[in-house]
Amino acid sequence: MWRVSLLWMAAALAAQGPRYGLGRAPSPEEVRALDITIPPDGTGLHPGSGSAVQGREIYERRCARCHGNKGEGGDNEAIAGGQGSLKTPKPLKTVGSYWPHATTLWDYIRRAMPFKEPGLLTPDQAYAVSAYVLYLNGIIGDTDRLDASTLPKVRMPNREGFVPDPRPDTGKARRKRAPQ
Amino acid sequence: MTSCRKTPPPAVEEGPSRLGKPVSAYGERSPLEKPARAPRSSTKTQEAASSTTPLQEQTGILTPSSLHFERHHAGVPQIHPERHRLLIHGMVDRPLAFTMEEIRRLPSISRILFIECAGNGGAEWGPKPAPDAQRSHGLASCSEWTGVPLKLLLEEAGIQPRATWLLAEGADACRMQRSIPAGAAESILIAYGQNGEALRPEQGYPLRLVAPGWEGNVCVKWLHRIKAFDRPHMTKDETSKYTDLMPDGTARQFTFLLDAKSVITRPSGGQKVAAPGFHEITGLAWSGRGRIERVEVSTDGGRNWRNAVLDEPRLPQAFTRFHMPWTWGGRETILLSRATDQTGYVQPAREELVAVRGLNSLYHNNAVKAWRIAADGSVTHVEG
Repeated sequence: MWRVSLLWMAAALAAQGPRYGLGRAPSPEEVRALDITIPPDGTGLHPGSGSAVQGREIYERRCARCHGNKGEGGDNEAIAGGQGSLKTPKPLKTVGSYWPHATTLWDYIRRAMPFKEPGLLTPDQAYAVSAYVLYLNGIIGDTDRLDASTLPKVRMPNREGFVPDPRPDTGKARRKRAPQ
Repeated sequence: MTSCRKTPPPAVEEGPSRLGKPVSAYGERSPLEKPARAPRSSTKTQEAASSTTPLQEQTGILTPSSLHFERHHAGVPQIHPERHRLLIHGMVDRPLAFTMEEIRRLPSISRILFIECAGNGGAEWGPKPAPDAQRSHGLASCSEWTGVPLKLLLEEAGIQPRATWLLAEGADACRMQRSIPAGAAESILIAYGQNGEALRPEQGYPLRLVAPGWEGNVCVKWLHRIKAFDRPHMTKDETSKYTDLMPDGTARQFTFLLDAKSVITRPSGGQKVAAPGFHEITGLAWSGRGRIERVEVSTDGGRNWRNAVLDEPRLPQAFTRFHMPWTWGGRETILLSRATDQTGYVQPAREELVAVRGLNSLYHNNAVKAWRIAADGSVTHVEG
């Protein structure tokens, strides 16, 4: 009787705990160093701040060659302009016309830009360059300061532009026909 | 009574035989075989580019690892497996960091699965579709992948019920990352093996995520982190990219699944049908929704369709090879193939797709592909 219930208890504990006992607990510093992704509510945003006025000089030195002086594009894609173009035959998808969240801009600049030196910019510089890109798109003013509190509150023009996947949206027309 | 017949001599006498090459440590294909990936770059940054699989040269359903398509957003990192860690954290009871050796100690599974870039067939939206199967469909490849079920790793870390989304991140220079619904972990593989050996660096060495039937971008390479969370993070590659712009200006998001698709690889664009007479038509079909149930082939521009023979194994979310005997009379014609998967979904004509999605959705083009056979046997694409 005892034996049975002990076995049952062991099984119940096993279901809650690890089965294989492999892997080790990472240190909080280890997790913090890797946990760099910023969701739309801004959780995890670094202290610091910057404005378009400060971002302009960094942008022109580090970003303009690929994205154009005014964000119009160059060796790489345009990041400004295109608002109102999404329904037209020639949509221009940019930060201003397409991106739904400003946090994504900061996250991507901080992790992946400049292309050849990703991670180069300090949090202050990433705020400043984000501000300049948003300024080029007419979304904020040139002296508006972006920081951990203001960045998630920036209202992106295409914030409501995304819909869930409704597929299958094709491939049904012939389904009713009897298979051969 | 009986005498042993001697082996007949070779038709052409070449004198004494020469010795062949000795054994080798790692095999190479014949130097006469030339199929190669074709690089494509839409920008001036070569590290953020792609290369396509020469599907028109592939036999069977497995793509040689050396020819598996590539799509890198910041180049191929060099990662030492002894230093690589997979971190599982966020909404879990026990954050865990696994070494590659520990991952290899866990129960493993192998599955033959295609991986297809969401942008495969992107050129087919435009008025000038790609001229050959490599450039029209070659951002898709099929391998046997070996690894650990993601669900097992999440259970080891004690994933919490409120964690409805996962964030997967790579260790490449841009830390490529995608959000994935946690419910999908059931079928996702954390893979270290490809076609019987370690992953190739271009396919994520030493560790990648493989989501059966989902767009390749989700199958994060050089995987070093999975965060359990209660909502998507809205990363750059799930907002500004890999979203499908519709004619009304809205964009579909989290369009993970790849619908049924097929392409005739022989004869296909750039090839030549040598002479009238017998030729086998062959090609590949696949669906993110499961098995391929049927492939129909038309040799008269879509007036008549016949069922092709499907090779076994016919696996879910894997390439399926189809065949159709064909006697070409030497007149100009158009060849088409159309796949149906186990859900009854029928691969649409381009017009059907465009009627719903317009011309600017960029991703997920699974339209029927047409090849024109000219009277001289040359094969070209058909403009829409």
